[in-house]
Amino acid sequence: MTHFVDLWVYLSASPLLWLTATLVAYMIADALSAACGRHPLVNPVLIAVAIISVILVVSGTDYSAYFAGAQFVHFLLGPATVALAMPLFRNFPLVRRALIPMLVALVVGSLTSVTSAVLLARAFGLDHATMLALAPKSATAAIAMGVAQTIGGDPALTAVLVILTGIVGAIVVTPLMNGMGIKNYAARGFAAGLASHGIGTARAFQVDPIAGTFAGIALGLNGLLTALLVPAVIGWLG
Amino acid sequence: MLAGFTWLLLCQLAGEVFVRALTLPIPGPVVGMLLLFVLLPLSSPLPRIIGSAADTLLQNLSLLFVPAGTGVVQHLDLLGRSGLRIVAVLVITTVLSLSVTALAFAGVARLLGAENVGADQGEGI
Repeated sequence: MTHFVDLWVYLSASPLLWLTATLVAYMIADALSAACGRHPLVNPVLIAVAIISVILVVSGTDYSAYFAGAQFVHFLLGPATVALAMPLFRNFPLVRRALIPMLVALVVGSLTSVTSAVLLARAFGLDHATMLALAPKSATAAIAMGVAQTIGGDPALTAVLVILTGIVGAIVVTPLMNGMGIKNYAARGFAAGLASHGIGTARAFQVDPIAGTFAGIALGLNGLLTALLVPAVIGWLG
Repeated sequence: MLAGFTWLLLCQLAGEVFVRALTLPIPGPVVGMLLLFVLLPLSSPLPRIIGSAADTLLQNLSLLFVPAGTGVVQHLDLLGRSGLRIVAVLVITTVLSLSVTALAFAGVARLLGAENVGADQGEGI
């Protein structure tokens, strides 16, 4: 038993354990998603987060101890954002033809996202702090956290709401778009990236490369617009 | 692969320096993405060098959200108190934003006669 305790003390002080756990949990989640034919309900982020959360709660591990290992994966979000230039470059002729539809969709979509989050949070009786954390939730995590801080919200809570929004978007986008009869993959991808940032973009790339490209553009543009819109909408409605 | 990854980091670094120097409310990686997009057409080997590193990252994009998503364990009390209402807000607002955005995009594209934008090259589900 003391061997086990010694081993645990050693492992919990090194980034190795939680970095490995993050990758293993994701491999399991991704294998499940593939086995289910990439069914939207079997979302790999949701499953991996659930697996690790249960392990952390059961083992009584602090999130900060977990993150000391997982930060190496988290760090790659930066280069991955830069990498979105690649599909944008490959599909640029197509993107240029869609400039006006994109800009119109960006403005109405971003406004809808921010105002509906604020109004619904209030209608559902959520407290002010949660409402502030919800307002920028469609933007990519880095931007949303910065925006939350500017308006006096809790950036850590915003990060979680951002990820949950991404998971919800990735799950509903395919059945919703099929139900609405929208066959334009540029429009579908753009909506996925706008409403559910990188996780929606990951889903869009899974479904169609053109959808993924437009999702990546929407992610970037909505990040910028959300940073400008949220303080204004909070000043107006909050 | 390594050269491609180095290029991605260089662009991110340049982006971070740029937004910090000008104290812009934009994340450095987004500026890095714009920078790389401007650089790609300038040199013909560059897209090939960066391609595989970029594709590897984007194919595994979902993985990169797992550490931040696991932060949910820090907010279990809030979720216990108002989790259902929060999930309801998330689902309704996300469905609204997805529908409005896709309808606006597809509608304007149709009005402009660019109906085939995106529809002609998609591979379907």
